Amino acid sequence: MAPDIPMFSLFFASIFTSNILLANFLGMCSFIAISKDINSSNGLGMAVVVVLTFTASINWVVLNYVLIPLDLVYLRFIIFIIVIASVVQMLEMIIDRVSQTLYLNLGIFLPLITVNCAILGVSLFMEIRQYSFLQSAVFGLGSGLGWWLAIMALAAIRKKTEKSKVSAGLQGAGLTFITIGFMAMAFIGFTGLLQVQ
Amino acid sequence: MDLAFLIAPMAIASLSAAFAALVSVTDKIVNNYGEAVINVNDGSKKLDVTGGANMLVTLAENQIFIPSACGGRGSCGECKVKVESDIGPHLPTEIPYLTREQIDDNVRLSCQVKIKGDVDIQIPEYLFKIKQYTGTVERIRDVTHDIKEVYFKLDEGQTVDFRAGQYGQIETPPYAKVKERTQRAYSMSSKPSDNNHVEFLVRLVPGGIVTTYVHEHLKEGEKMKIIAPFGEFYVRDTDATMICVAGGSGMAPFKSIFYDFVEKDKMEERDIWYFFGARTKKDLFYLEEMQKFQDEHERFHFVAALSEPQPEDDWQGETGLITDVLDKYLKSKISADAPKEGYLCGSPGMLDACMDVMRSNDMSDDKIYFDKFA
Repeated sequence: MAPDIPMFSLFFASIFTSNILLANFLGMCSFIAISKDINSSNGLGMAVVVVLTFTASINWVVLNYVLIPLDLVYLRFIIFIIVIASVVQMLEMIIDRVSQTLYLNLGIFLPLITVNCAILGVSLFMEIRQYSFLQSAVFGLGSGLGWWLAIMALAAIRKKTEKSKVSAGLQGAGLTFITIGFMAMAFIGFTGLLQVQ
Repeated sequence: MDLAFLIAPMAIASLSAAFAALVSVTDKIVNNYGEAVINVNDGSKKLDVTGGANMLVTLAENQIFIPSACGGRGSCGECKVKVESDIGPHLPTEIPYLTREQIDDNVRLSCQVKIKGDVDIQIPEYLFKIKQYTGTVERIRDVTHDIKEVYFKLDEGQTVDFRAGQYGQIETPPYAKVKERTQRAYSMSSKPSDNNHVEFLVRLVPGGIVTTYVHEHLKEGEKMKIIAPFGEFYVRDTDATMICVAGGSGMAPFKSIFYDFVEKDKMEERDIWYFFGARTKKDLFYLEEMQKFQDEHERFHFVAALSEPQPEDDWQGETGLITDVLDKYLKSKISADAPKEGYLCGSPGMLDACMDVMRSNDMSDDKIYFDKFA
């Protein structure tokens, strides 16, 4: 049965206390690669919000109305990925139509959202924690917003560090990893507020 | 028989099918740009087109050929078009080819811009002269070990109107591992008066799609598509001394220009210096023709230089890089006071090096002409 968690707590927790990126470390590759540029980070963040909300909800429907009745839960990885891939495919077409600049800036990372661990991760959490439909949607939206928040924060910090003097060995990826580590510690500070499973 | 094991594949198949259907429905809705109108030069031409493709291709389908030396890959920056309606900000793929002023004027690379709705554009009138021709290969001749002279006869009733020095684009069909039709630009080496023929000099570039086709697959009697004429490379009508420099297949436009001059009695009107650079003697060609021009016309001077003459070449002429030879002549044999115009055709590296030499000899950039193919 669905756990009894107030919607707002779930929403708040998925953004801050169990941030999908900084508490669960899911979706790192595009997080590091795209955060070089604020505009692209913003675009990708929004794309992740949309994809997460839709895939979490659609996957809940597929799980509860197809996989469980047919006793096919063991196929969830394949099915979830199919759902995610088609949602990303549609989103890609829409972005290409709406903003060519964003489309070109996101480049390969847009189709790669398909294999963004955060996306599959949220669907699997949804299954393990036995969320209800509404909870899944809220959890998807919250996780997406959390991912967006984290990438915007990192992009902003990187914009600053780009201009500062850094010793040669730390430039680029090295400093980014350390920054992410500090950010994760800061976010872990939130976990005392609220624990949601 | 128990068919329960079929449930899993059926479930996956039907779910995949359902989502595939959803994606293709989205594609139909999202990628349907409908009909659009391209308004060329304030209404001098109005084109009804189907949106969705890039502007370069869409215009070509409507018989307006924007120059594109790279064939729409976004690597030559030739296909610039001034767009007067708002079609969104410049793309990262366009910026490197545009100057600040061009960006402010909303000049765009037509191969990168998609037609999404009605659009107003401005293009130079001369582009309307560019047409697509079909021609039959009448003759292929080896002029050196790696340069072929290809002579096309245009189909019945077609004539091409061009200025000596301009270039055309050859389109090759898919072959071997190349899956699509490919266009590349080559200077025309035939005389403008021979207007139902077009000739190109094609040097084999290792790995080049069109050059490999021309060298290894093209046969006499074969039909080809040619789009012409393009380019700003033609002789300016002044009295200035012409300093022409070419290497390899860069001979092509000069062959056209000099034959055109002879025909129009212009060889004696101004001083012409033609420098031709090659590695060894086997890279030299048309020597007799150029020598004949020099013997018959007092003001025409031909200087060939070999950078790596071989002992067996028995070479008596100039040696060294063509740029060094050019520098030497500019400093010693060519009057420093006479106004000069530079005409260059060759590899990008050669063009840049010659520009430097010409600049250092007080020739100004706006009097140096060339077409840079990328």
